[in-house]
Amino acid sequence: MTILLEIIGLKKYYPIKGGFFKRKIAEVKAVDNINLRIEKGECFGLVGESGCGKTTFGKTIIRLLQPTAGHIYFDVPTDVREELMKLEHSNSNSQRLRELREKYDLSTFKGRKLRQLRRKMQIVFQDPYTSLNPRMLIKDIVGEPLKVQGLARGKELKDKVLNILNKVGLGEAHLYRYPHEFSGGQRQRIAIARALVTNPSFVVLDEPTSSVDVSVRAQLLNLFQDLQKEMRLTYLFISHDLSVVECISDRVGVMYLGKIVELASTPELYKEPLHPYSMILFSSIPIPDPTVRRKRPPPLKGEVPSPINPPSGCRFHPRCPKAMDICRRKEPKLLDVGNGHFVACHLFH
Amino acid sequence: MSNLLNIKDLVVRFYTYEGVVKAIEGVNLDVKEGEILGIVGETGCGKTVTGLSIVRLIPPPGKIEGGTIFFKGKNGLVNLLRIDESALKEIRGRDISLIFQEPSSALNPVFTVGEQISEVFMQHRRKEIIEKVLEEIEKDIQKASGRLHIKVLRLQRKIYRKMLEKPNSISLRIVSKIPIVRRYQRRLKAILRKETIRMLKETGIPDPEKVVDMYPHELSGGMQQRVVIAMALACNPKLLIADEPTTSLDVTVQAQILHLIRDLRKKFKSSILFITHDLGVIAELCDRVAVMYAGNICEIADVEELFKRPLHPYTRALLESIPRPGKELKSIPGTVPNLISPPSGCRFHPRCPYIMQICSKVKPEMKQVTENHFVACHLY
Repeated sequence: MTILLEIIGLKKYYPIKGGFFKRKIAEVKAVDNINLRIEKGECFGLVGESGCGKTTFGKTIIRLLQPTAGHIYFDVPTDVREELMKLEHSNSNSQRLRELREKYDLSTFKGRKLRQLRRKMQIVFQDPYTSLNPRMLIKDIVGEPLKVQGLARGKELKDKVLNILNKVGLGEAHLYRYPHEFSGGQRQRIAIARALVTNPSFVVLDEPTSSVDVSVRAQLLNLFQDLQKEMRLTYLFISHDLSVVECISDRVGVMYLGKIVELASTPELYKEPLHPYSMILFSSIPIPDPTVRRKRPPPLKGEVPSPINPPSGCRFHPRCPKAMDICRRKEPKLLDVGNGHFVACHLFH
Repeated sequence: MSNLLNIKDLVVRFYTYEGVVKAIEGVNLDVKEGEILGIVGETGCGKTVTGLSIVRLIPPPGKIEGGTIFFKGKNGLVNLLRIDESALKEIRGRDISLIFQEPSSALNPVFTVGEQISEVFMQHRRKEIIEKVLEEIEKDIQKASGRLHIKVLRLQRKIYRKMLEKPNSISLRIVSKIPIVRRYQRRLKAILRKETIRMLKETGIPDPEKVVDMYPHELSGGMQQRVVIAMALACNPKLLIADEPTTSLDVTVQAQILHLIRDLRKKFKSSILFITHDLGVIAELCDRVAVMYAGNICEIADVEELFKRPLHPYTRALLESIPRPGKELKSIPGTVPNLISPPSGCRFHPRCPYIMQICSKVKPEMKQVTENHFVACHLY
C-alpha cells in the first residue's frame, strides 16, 4: 500500500486573548501532537466525543486552518518518501530536508500552490443547511470550484457539473434551483458533488450523516462507498456515530482531548478495544437488539476535562477506572501492540 | 396493567399558506401504567406532534381537529382535549411533564438552575411547601425566648397563613416589598433550596449545592439535561413525555442519561413516553414500541417481538437501514411524502416493496396479530 498522507507531530492551538492589549493568556490545545499515516484508497475513521478535536484535525490537514506545528506530507513519490523519512528521523536541519519540505509539506504552502492543492483535497461539512450559499443556484454552487481553479468553462463546465450531479444521484432538473428547495439528504448530495467536481484524491467527510434521518443516512453511506470505488478516493471519515464508522471505515482512530489514544483496523478495534476509554466508548453505543440488553459497565463518570488545561500524564487518568500511579506522571506513547494495533496506555507497555 | 393514557382517533392539522398539513391522521395509542413506550419514526412523521398534543401545546397554526385523549390523573379520569385551560395548567408539570431535545433552549438563561426548579415547586406543590414553613415557625416559637423574637415569629406565621389562603392578595404583595419585613421570605427560599438540592441529587449531579446557584450556560449539555429531568420529575408526575432527550448528546453522556432514566423510572414509578428516531436507544430502554410513518402508526409491539418479528414493511426497512458490520446496507427508496397531499390509501405504498392493488385505495386498519402485536398493513 502506498501512503497518501503522512502527518508528523501535528499541533493546532487556539489562542485565548484577553487582558491588557488582548495579549494571549492561554491556549486551547485542540490537536496536540498527532502522528498518523493514511494509505491510498482507504477510509480512515476518526471517532471521539464532541470537543475532542476531530473536526479541527480534519480542517488542519487540508489546510483550512494553519497548523501551530508539525508537518503534513501529501502524495509524496515513494523514493522521495524514504529519503524524507530518514531525514525527519535523523532530526537534522539539512538543506535537503528544507527543500523537500518546501515541495511536499502542506504546512508551508501558500498562495497559488495552496490553491492548486485544493483540487486534490476536499471537504464535506456536517451541516448542509449552512454550507451551501442560499443565494446561488445549484449549477453555480457545484461549478464554482471548477471556475476558481480555472479547470473548465462554458459548455464543458456545464457538462462536468451535470456529470458529477448524476453520479451523486441528482439530475438536470436540479441545475436551476436554489438550496432551500431541497431536503437535507439532497443538500448533502449537492455538497458531495461540489467536493468531488475537481476530481480530488482525498476527501475529509466531517460528520456528513449526523444531520439526516436513518433511511437517508443509509442512502448516503452507500453513495460514499460507491463513489470511493468509482473515483478511487481516500476518505477521512470524522464522526461521533460509532456504528456508521464501523460500517464504512477500514481503519479507525479514537481521539480523546486532542490526542489519538487508539488506532487499529475496524474489525479488530470493534471486537476488542484495548484502551480503557475506547472500551467505555464502545460499550455505550446503544445496540439495536433488545435481547442483548446486557449488563454493561457503568457509564463513564464525569465530563471531558477542559483542553485549555489538560490533566498531566495520561489525559484520561482522572476518569479512568484502571488508573495507576504512573498515569498521573508520564504520558503514554502511541505504540504498536501487534497487528497494526496502536494503543497509548501504560497498561500495555 | 391498566391504561394511564388512551389516545383515540387523534387528528392534528397545520393550516399553512401552502395548504393544510395533515400531520396526524387518526392515531390510536395506549400508555400503560409504569411502562416505557417508545415512538420511533423519521423526521416529520408526527412523533413530536403526538407528544405535544397530549398536553395541548401544539403551536399555531396547528390545531387538534378530532379525537379524545383520556388520562387517569391525580384527580381521576379526564379528557385532556375537553377540559379548560386552567385545569390543564394544573395537570401540566404535575401529572404530565415534558423533556425536550435541546436542554440549552429548554432552560431560561437569565435565571439560576435553583430558581427555575423552585418555580415548579411553587406552581404545583405550593400548599405542601408553605405548610412545611409553618411547621418550622411553630417549632421556633416553642424554642424562642425573647419577647420581640416571638412577636416577629408570630407575624411571620400570620403572613404565611395568609399566603396559604389568598396567595395573590394585595397586602401580601405590599409586605413583600417592605425592606426588613420582607425577610420572612428567607424561610420559604431556604426550604425551596433544600427541596431543589434533593431533586438535583436524585439526578446524579455532582456537587448539587454549587449547581443550584449556577446559570444554565455554566453547565455542559449532559448536566443541563439532568437539570431538565430534575425539573420534570419535581412533582413526581405520572407520565413523562421525553422528546428525543439524548439526541443532542454524546454517546457516553447518552449512556449516562439512559441509565439515569431507567433508574428514575424504578424510583418514581412514572410511565414514560419516549420519542426518538434512534432504534438503538429504543432497544436499550423501552418496553413497547410504536412505529410511526407520515402521521400514522403502522405497528405497535413489545420491543423484543418487534425486533425479532417486524411485520410492517416500513418497520423492516427501518431495521435494515441500521448500519451493521458485514451486512450490506439497505436504504428505503424514495423520500418521506409531503403531508399536504399525502398518498391515498396506505401512506407507505409508493415506497413499499410489497405493494398490492388495494394499498393505494384503502387505508389499512390496525389489526391484532398476536396478543401484543398490532399492525396496519393489508398483507395481514
